Amino acid sequence: MMVGIPFNVPFLAVAALIGIAFYIILSQRNLIKLVMGLGIMASGVNLFLVTLGYREGGVAPIYTHAPIERMVLPVPQALTLTSIVIAVATLALMLSMVVHIYRHTGSIDSEESRTMKG
Amino acid sequence: MATLEFGLDFWNPIVCITAFLVLIAGTYLLRSRGQKKYKKGTAQTQIFLSGEEPPSVEQRHIKAHNIYWGFFQALKGYYDPTIKAHTGIINDYIIWFTAIATATAAILFIVG
Amino acid sequence: MDKLITHSPILIIAIPLLAAFLTPLISRVNEKARDVLVITTLAFVEFLVIILARDIYANGIHIYTLGASSPTLTIPEQYMVPVRIILEVDAMSIFMGIISATVSLAAAVYSLSFMKEETGRDRFYTLLLLMIVGMFGMEFTGDMFNLFVFLEIASISGAALAAFRTRFTDAVEGGFKYIIISSAGALVVLFSVGIFYAQYNLLNIAALAQVIQYTMLDKIALALLVIAFAMKLGGVPLHMWVPDTYAAAPAGITAMLVVSSQACMYALFRVCFTLYGVTLNMATVGWIVIILGMLSMFVGVTMAIPQIDIKRLMSYHAISQSGYMLLGVGVGLAVLGNPEALATYGREAMSGGIFHIINHALYKGLLFLTAGALFYRTGTRDLNKMGGLGHNMKFTSIFFIIGALSISGIPPFNGFASKIMIYESVYRFNPILAVIAMLVSIITLASFTKAFQSAFTGPQLPQYKDVKEAPRSMLIGMGILASIIIFFSLFPGLIVGWIVYPAADALINQAIYISAVMGG
Repeated sequence: MMVGIPFNVPFLAVAALIGIAFYIILSQRNLIKLVMGLGIMASGVNLFLVTLGYREGGVAPIYTHAPIERMVLPVPQALTLTSIVIAVATLALMLSMVVHIYRHTGSIDSEESRTMKG
Repeated sequence: MATLEFGLDFWNPIVCITAFLVLIAGTYLLRSRGQKKYKKGTAQTQIFLSGEEPPSVEQRHIKAHNIYWGFFQALKGYYDPTIKAHTGIINDYIIWFTAIATATAAILFIVG
Repeated sequence: MDKLITHSPILIIAIPLLAAFLTPLISRVNEKARDVLVITTLAFVEFLVIILARDIYANGIHIYTLGASSPTLTIPEQYMVPVRIILEVDAMSIFMGIISATVSLAAAVYSLSFMKEETGRDRFYTLLLLMIVGMFGMEFTGDMFNLFVFLEIASISGAALAAFRTRFTDAVEGGFKYIIISSAGALVVLFSVGIFYAQYNLLNIAALAQVIQYTMLDKIALALLVIAFAMKLGGVPLHMWVPDTYAAAPAGITAMLVVSSQACMYALFRVCFTLYGVTLNMATVGWIVIILGMLSMFVGVTMAIPQIDIKRLMSYHAISQSGYMLLGVGVGLAVLGNPEALATYGREAMSGGIFHIINHALYKGLLFLTAGALFYRTGTRDLNKMGGLGHNMKFTSIFFIIGALSISGIPPFNGFASKIMIYESVYRFNPILAVIAMLVSIITLASFTKAFQSAFTGPQLPQYKDVKEAPRSMLIGMGILASIIIFFSLFPGLIVGWIVYPAADALINQAIYISAVMGG
């Protein structure tokens, strides 16, 4: 069903972005870097969605430009916009929490700043 | 309305509560036959510990971490690694997630 | 009234959303008016949920298409597939809706006095209402992407609420851990939604369920979805965030986080039963769910015993009890392809698991609220520092006993009713699983005995001589849940017949869910 995608380059980029993001999240103990990793992961998933929306020879669904009868259904673009907005909100919340953690514990290392375990 | 029927079995809380009430009535009957002729406010109502002075209030209450000590001691081989696995580090949580997701995908590929 | 029922799916989501953004405004005028607004909104939502539930049990699945000229017009003219966002409320969705509405109402009433000392309470209620919006959205939606959006709404507001008391180090840490695992999980869910869209150009669950092939990509999506939701609901070994977050959150919010986790469990069941349904290899996926459930039960309860923080202890029990639901419904999933086994014990196992969801939401909510009352009056969650509180906090101890007996599955409480359904049917599936489940129940009783003994019994400690009973609104919040528990305990047959069996049948009958949207 994946018609009309000439090269797999965008998908390789998606894989690279998500791979980098997972590498960062799994290996970096710095909380800011962790948040950056999640940001990169969000970008990777967004790129995936946008890539899915590409149709070769499709017409962009802008009403003044497109012929009425045939144009691309703009669902993936709508999904991506929503997902970007959500990612911004999550990132802002996470960063503000990192600030609070730093104020309380004086550290942004995920091992040194934790108080609960076991 | 109160009866829950399932499979070959049934469960009715009203029957159970009635049984409990009978038991409670019996217990109360036994208790009411106990000694009533003691003097309140005298040494008869004090704690008696072989003539020793009873410990202070804080000492008398068993603290939470002393309870089931033997249980943990007996299951040390299970508890030590399990508690150790709960590191509280957020990276480890995501490592578990990645590992289990990969394992599940592998199982689905192999088994079907 | 008919119009109200027709539009109630969207009203249940839209009214709290509107009220959420009204609260800061009204807060500027009058604090009392804001409290009244929050409680009235939730009470009205509860009313809407109940009338919608009555309609669903009488007339079947309720469809609401957003933006269409008529709410039941699912597929636009000249289209083959639904393109609009559709809310699809069946008996299982409304079952979860009843839980969310009831527990949030009790939690909100409780929070009125619990959060009295905090600043920024207008934002607190905004977040609380948003979290309710997220939960209802997840439960009512018939659209995969919409599920992701509401999952994120519930996660973001839940994390912000968990970290609301930023003056405590552990609160911020718990909130941070929650948002990290939530957003990682939600991104994985979004990725799976992308996989579906890539293959089928569809987002609607019913439309997807009709065409899904169980290809290689679908298997990846299934693994990602199952494990992402398993992490959100706190299944072992993905559970480690649960004690951190639940323990640190304000007590009312912890009760709601439990419900929010159960909304994720609902999403897991919806994906397995409705989205994949008969296409997948039921035995494999069923056993994955069962093993997750067994691990959760056993590790959760054994980790609960050594805890000395009362809310951490209860959080581990929340993990352990989720295991019962996964076990019950997992057995149903494993035998879904075998009509005979499904009829003899599969449906019973699923009903037991589903009944346990509502029981758990009630008694675990109640227990977290009593723990919050203890914290409110003593200023500590450490069981080592407590003792003899039963002398002064009589109602709280009674509520604690009700919750503790119910969670340990002691007859005649409702926890026993759902557990015996699970034991009986799982025993016929595999006796060893049932034996382990009973063992876990015994250890649960042991650890609640420990909690009760250290907090409530013993001589009155001098530092707690002047401890007072919890404030009235907290008692009302706990009383709502306790009275529902007693009602459920007395009439399990009524409850199971009225709401649990329809919910189990809604999960089993995938075809009805599909035809409600696709027609035919």
